[in-house]
Amino acid sequence: MAELQLKSQRFRDEREEDWRRLERLLERARGGGLKKLKPGELLELPILYRQALSSLSVARAISLDRRLVEYLESLCARAYFFVYGARANPWTRVADFFRHDWPAAVRGVWRETLVAALLMAAGAIVAFALVMREPGWFYAFVDPGLAQGREPGASREALMATLHGPPERHSGLEVLASFLFTHNSQVAVFAFAFGFAFCVLTAGLLVANGLTLGAFLALFAQHDLSFPATGWLLIHGVTELFAVTLAGAAGLSIGWAVTFPGARRRIDAAMHAGRRGAVVMAGVVIMLFFAALLEGFGRQLIQPDLARYAIALATAVLWGGYFYLPRAERGA
Amino acid sequence: MIRRREPKRSAPAPGGDALELRRRFVTPEGVDLQLQVGAYVERLLALLIDLAIIAGCLIGLTLLALAAAMAAKEKSLLNAVAVIWLLGSFLLRLGYFVGFELSGAGATPGKRAMKLRVISRDGRRLTADAVFARNAMRELEVFLPGSFLLAGGEGVDAALILLGAIWTGVFILFPLFNRDRLRLGDLAAGAMVVKAPKLKLLKDIAGDAPSPVGGLSFTEAQLDAYGIKELQVLEDVLRGNDRRTLAAVAAQIRTKIGWEGPTDVADRSFLSAYYAALRGRLETGLLFGRRRADKHDASAQADRVQANT
Repeated sequence: MAELQLKSQRFRDEREEDWRRLERLLERARGGGLKKLKPGELLELPILYRQALSSLSVARAISLDRRLVEYLESLCARAYFFVYGARANPWTRVADFFRHDWPAAVRGVWRETLVAALLMAAGAIVAFALVMREPGWFYAFVDPGLAQGREPGASREALMATLHGPPERHSGLEVLASFLFTHNSQVAVFAFAFGFAFCVLTAGLLVANGLTLGAFLALFAQHDLSFPATGWLLIHGVTELFAVTLAGAAGLSIGWAVTFPGARRRIDAAMHAGRRGAVVMAGVVIMLFFAALLEGFGRQLIQPDLARYAIALATAVLWGGYFYLPRAERGA
Repeated sequence: MIRRREPKRSAPAPGGDALELRRRFVTPEGVDLQLQVGAYVERLLALLIDLAIIAGCLIGLTLLALAAAMAAKEKSLLNAVAVIWLLGSFLLRLGYFVGFELSGAGATPGKRAMKLRVISRDGRRLTADAVFARNAMRELEVFLPGSFLLAGGEGVDAALILLGAIWTGVFILFPLFNRDRLRLGDLAAGAMVVKAPKLKLLKDIAGDAPSPVGGLSFTEAQLDAYGIKELQVLEDVLRGNDRRTLAAVAAQIRTKIGWEGPTDVADRSFLSAYYAALRGRLETGLLFGRRRADKHDASAQADRVQANT
């Protein structure tokens, strides 16, 4: 081999062995993760990574061998992904989520949660008042497909029957529950993702949800069925409405961050809110799963009004306590 | 941390891949990795591969449930099929993407096939919430119109289909309208998709020069004929090692520099020698802070003239 005439050749010759060693370690670690590496090699990897990074900097400054620079770029990128890649035991991650991340994220959007709840309540009150005065308004708020016979013209008995359905139709409950879950999750994902449109669509969605709710309640109130109707609604509604409110709150927090990013760049603010919102949303999906179970099974199988109220109260206490009770900070 | 706004692209490479998007990406150690943004088409292909795998899983599960229903002669197991498609598709979709992107590879099988991976835009660790955010957004971007159609049932009208198509079209094309090819989910998550190719370390062709340089020596003026861009074209030519290209390039360089040395040297040896000498000269220039971009770049000579006067 010719003697090395160029500085960049000597530079490469001195370091090449280290690069190849890093490459081999990465190759081995890729297959089975960290367990494939011996303790010594594990300690060596970050050192080799930093050496490669410094080689890259030097090579860019002194070498005109384009392939060398490209090779080092790809090597450094791979090592970087390995050293800084997402890595945690999945189970500790799940445990962390329930113990800390989720409640913390929910508490983080408390202002938005209040706003979302108020928007929905406002919608409900408006619709309730309008339908009480003029039942024709009902059709403005409720999709006929959703009403399923619960209409202003219906008799008291017919309405009563929708609340305490005949118990023999229980065969397809799992299908109903999974349909409800999928449907509601999508509504929640909507409320979250629409936040990007500067809050407007999310707010609209929340009000619309409230309007439907209010119209239904008014319909039953006209027939003195408020008490059983509320029980029928709340057995799963506490969980479900809470979940939708949180989803809306997450969406609002993104919209707010995009509209008023403050000192940060707009894209950074959106990212920050988006990540926190995502944690809230992951939890919302879980809540909706429970809500669908309660709606699909619980509501059909548990008929007494008082039992329904008891479950509604229990879920309210459970979720409220879980999210908002003060707790120890995560260990340092 | 550490991101600047200015678009930083490498000088267009001579290999015809000038279209590739490079992006400034500074590691916590302070080195810019110049990552290559994942190309739009590759990402689309990766998504299609992933969706095919998921659909395959769902069909497999369905067949399994049907087989079980047949074997047990139990009608109610048919309900399981409905549950699989309603609930399973949703959970599988989310679980598949989130699970794989959180794994060490940082990529779903489809992305891995396309040599792509997901990273955090701020240069730090990719977190679980970022991965969840970018995949939850996909629900909205891609799958939502589909569920509109399903929810609509029999009476799906043309307006709804059109609306869904526009909706998905807008979001699917969204990445084309920003520099980093971010889709809405990447934007919300602070993530991005980059190429993570695996390159082999090739031989340094400066070592190919005949030694001692076959009596070939070049004057400063002859070496000043070209700059870095031409050097790298020459590198490609030498690595390509195509006899006719070598001959053509050698002839052109001989004319350009007014070569008066031995003419019986093989084209390849001549080019190797010239490459090594030119690289040596340009690299020495680098050490003195003179980066001569191409043959039209006069700054290097200007320096020399000033130094002489």
